Amino acid sequence: MPLLEQVKHTILAANGLQTQDIDRVMATLLSVPVDAADIYFQSSHFESWSLEGGIVKEGSHSIDHGAGVRVVSGDKTGFAYSDRIELPILLEAANNVKAIVKHGQNVQHKIATPQSWPQLYQPLNPLKSLADQDKIDLLKRVDAATRKLDSRIEEVMVSLVAAYDNVLIANQDGSLVADVRPLVRMNVSVIMVENGRREQGSMGGGSRSDYSYFLENDRAFEYGREAVRQAQVNLQAEAAPAGNMTVVLGPGWPGILLHEAIGHGLEGDFNRKGTSAFSGRVGERVASDLCTVVDDGTLAGRRGSLSVDDEGTPTQNTVLIEKGILKGYMQDKLNARLMGVNPTGNGRRESYAHLPMPRMTNTYMLPGESEPEEIIRSVKKGLYARNFGGGQVDITSGKFVFSASEAYLIEDGKITRPVKGATLIGNGPDVLTKVSMVGNDLQLDSGVGTCGKDGQSVPVGVGQPTLKIDGLTVGGTNI
Amino acid sequence: MNGKSDFNLAKSLLNREFPVQNQAEINRLKTVVQQLLDEAKQQGASAAEAAFSVDNGLSVSARLGEVETVEFHCDQGIGVTVYFGQQKGTASTNDVSPESLKETVQAACSIARYASADDYAGLPDVSQLATEFPDLDLNHPWSVDAEQAIALAIECENAARGYDAAISNSEGASVSSHQGTRVFGNSLGFLQGYQSSRHSISCSVLAGSGDAMQRDYWYSVARNAANLQSAQAVGEKAALRTLARLNARSLSTRQCPVLFAPEMASGLIGALIGAISGGSLYRKSSFLLDSLNTQVLPDFVRIHEQPLLIGALGSASYDGEGVATQTRDIVSEGILRGYVLSTYSAKKLGMQSTGNAGGVHNLTVETGSNDFAAMLKLMNTGLLVTELMGQGVNRVTGDYSRGASGFWVENGVIQYPVEEITIAGNLKTMLRNIVAIGNDVDLRGNIRTGSILVEQMAIAGE
Repeated sequence: MPLLEQVKHTILAANGLQTQDIDRVMATLLSVPVDAADIYFQSSHFESWSLEGGIVKEGSHSIDHGAGVRVVSGDKTGFAYSDRIELPILLEAANNVKAIVKHGQNVQHKIATPQSWPQLYQPLNPLKSLADQDKIDLLKRVDAATRKLDSRIEEVMVSLVAAYDNVLIANQDGSLVADVRPLVRMNVSVIMVENGRREQGSMGGGSRSDYSYFLENDRAFEYGREAVRQAQVNLQAEAAPAGNMTVVLGPGWPGILLHEAIGHGLEGDFNRKGTSAFSGRVGERVASDLCTVVDDGTLAGRRGSLSVDDEGTPTQNTVLIEKGILKGYMQDKLNARLMGVNPTGNGRRESYAHLPMPRMTNTYMLPGESEPEEIIRSVKKGLYARNFGGGQVDITSGKFVFSASEAYLIEDGKITRPVKGATLIGNGPDVLTKVSMVGNDLQLDSGVGTCGKDGQSVPVGVGQPTLKIDGLTVGGTNI
Repeated sequence: MNGKSDFNLAKSLLNREFPVQNQAEINRLKTVVQQLLDEAKQQGASAAEAAFSVDNGLSVSARLGEVETVEFHCDQGIGVTVYFGQQKGTASTNDVSPESLKETVQAACSIARYASADDYAGLPDVSQLATEFPDLDLNHPWSVDAEQAIALAIECENAARGYDAAISNSEGASVSSHQGTRVFGNSLGFLQGYQSSRHSISCSVLAGSGDAMQRDYWYSVARNAANLQSAQAVGEKAALRTLARLNARSLSTRQCPVLFAPEMASGLIGALIGAISGGSLYRKSSFLLDSLNTQVLPDFVRIHEQPLLIGALGSASYDGEGVATQTRDIVSEGILRGYVLSTYSAKKLGMQSTGNAGGVHNLTVETGSNDFAAMLKLMNTGLLVTELMGQGVNRVTGDYSRGASGFWVENGVIQYPVEEITIAGNLKTMLRNIVAIGNDVDLRGNIRTGSILVEQMAIAGE
């Protein structure tokens, strides 16, 4: 298993540790009756380059490594981490955290450790995939090409970032799971001015690969063109309408709807605790029968994908909603065990210094049968939202928001005038019951999503076909 | 449910510097920072700055009367920025071994060699560096161990759950304690460090069931644990806030006055600060471009920075570049008197740093004589906003549209809770149309303001 050997070399050997040392730490953790224990080793390299005002004025590089030691007993967790990967430190951490175990069940839960799983990305270091001078040249070329597109452009900002993450997960059954995770991202934003009015546009993308991703299919330059197009639209935009109306969401990134409205509410921790608006509702109708929604961590190279999650469970394609019926939740090991189900490969953590919890990977809705044009034609008066910024949800009340950054009025079945961005608000458990048409044009986002939960950020993906929702509150100013 | 846990925080290697409160620790970090600066010079940098921070902490959470998590935190990091003339590079790591220090400086130098020359890059002017370092009383290590912290969290959660039978579930209560040491130095001879602490207690509970569930929370944070609200008080406030949200309804779409509760009002002031920050200004991505010495708020508004407040959460005698912080008015008589600048953004704008590399320090909005009840009366009929959702604030245009929940108010009296609505407007006009600022100041953050009443906004609902 060359990948495992590579990571053992990168993390253990580099710090003078051997496999037997892990066994010693694990033996300390298992000297009390626990339900689960793991040690998470990580070594990360990160770099970023940014251009503004026509010059690459800044770059940064960082290295972060460490190990986190965890024991779980019932629903109790003890956790300690250190940036020093040294045996005495790890043993001390193990001694500290096992004190959480008071009345252990002394049940060794046998979760069969899988022997193999597909590698969804190459174990490469994207920081080394391009010479530094070539990274700078790429930023400058994108800047120059973008500036030529419109004389109203006042400022162009381009950024390029890459991460190279090595993880090694030791579980209580003695298994060692390794993963090498590349991640790259690029973003272009522009500011345009016309008659004293100032607007912005922004576009980016990325994947679990290397910098060559941005050179394929002219992607880097396409981000610039798309940012300019959005700024041009915004320069024409009028005040957005306010009130409840029919909303058509475009394909791709607007799938942030699914992430906020239902995704978070279907994470196992909230449902085990009964704090989610979706708690106890498996088998019930939560969407119209046009809606099938999955969380799929197995898409090759996608930003939200992982070969194995941060607990060593291979990711999978989990059906959350099938033809409108709630099928199940996304689980890490702890919540799966407490709810009596199997982990779904959704146990993720920001780093060794954070505890894992159930998190999304790539969340999207499967395509339906309607032509997108037919969906627009069916709306007498409404809003067509093509691009979005961020969103947020209150898990308990189910209320969620997501903010449009590019939107248009639909009048008599036609897309007419652009309107300013506005926040859309709805209720998670019933918004999908109002989906009356689903397009045949499924798209995934371009690879820019980052999800925050309990202060931990992880990369995710979303996607959807064009959707028609019969009634969503649009937060414009035009009453 | 028994509230006890036989938990024991051993003096350990993990918590190797906890709790240390002495000059020796600062000196240890200073030595490393000086090594970084020396190494940068060795490798040919014409100027450099470096920082080293160490943070240790404990956080525990309890749920349904029992401990849920115990976490030992132990973080450290170094960062170095080097200049080769006008070219700049930055690198950081959490590995402070001698080899790693060398490699980190190398990484920064390598980046600087590839970066373009930037006329505005460079260290601050020597004359702007801080020279006085008063004791701001920021460091109060808390001797709480895991067992005591768990007991406190359980007490807090019990207070919330026992407050009313309608409290139906809990997300738990947590207690955390952190202490850290920070040292910053540059090749102009600046080398300073300080220690600080931060402790908090928080609680989040649910009421109702099924489609009618609500959740809210409360927290207290302080540099000195003695200044924390009691566990009991935090728990009760969390319960009270949750109960108040039960049976919330939407509103019809309308225009009306909006009263931002203090916790929400700080976000409004934060948006103002974002728009007058150097980065937004020189990138021309601000709705307040060229607004210096112009009216941006009503003439009764004064907003000032108080960096030297004793024991406050935002206090500092120097900023992230060693520049002396300033006790100053940013807005007086509603007129914008100064921007919020770092050395770089100031040079880009042809100005001087205002000591705000890393942000503002105890930004204080002067209040009137109205308490919260008087603010409600003043609004008479309108929307009280106690929670905002989403990031619908456009800094370039000032367009503002966010999800909201709160309470409908008539004749100065709260009528019923509301949710699933949005509030929208443009920040430029919202700021100009502030009617009054309450004296119900929230001191838990770096922006200190009371509730803020805005004359009118668009509400979208059912």
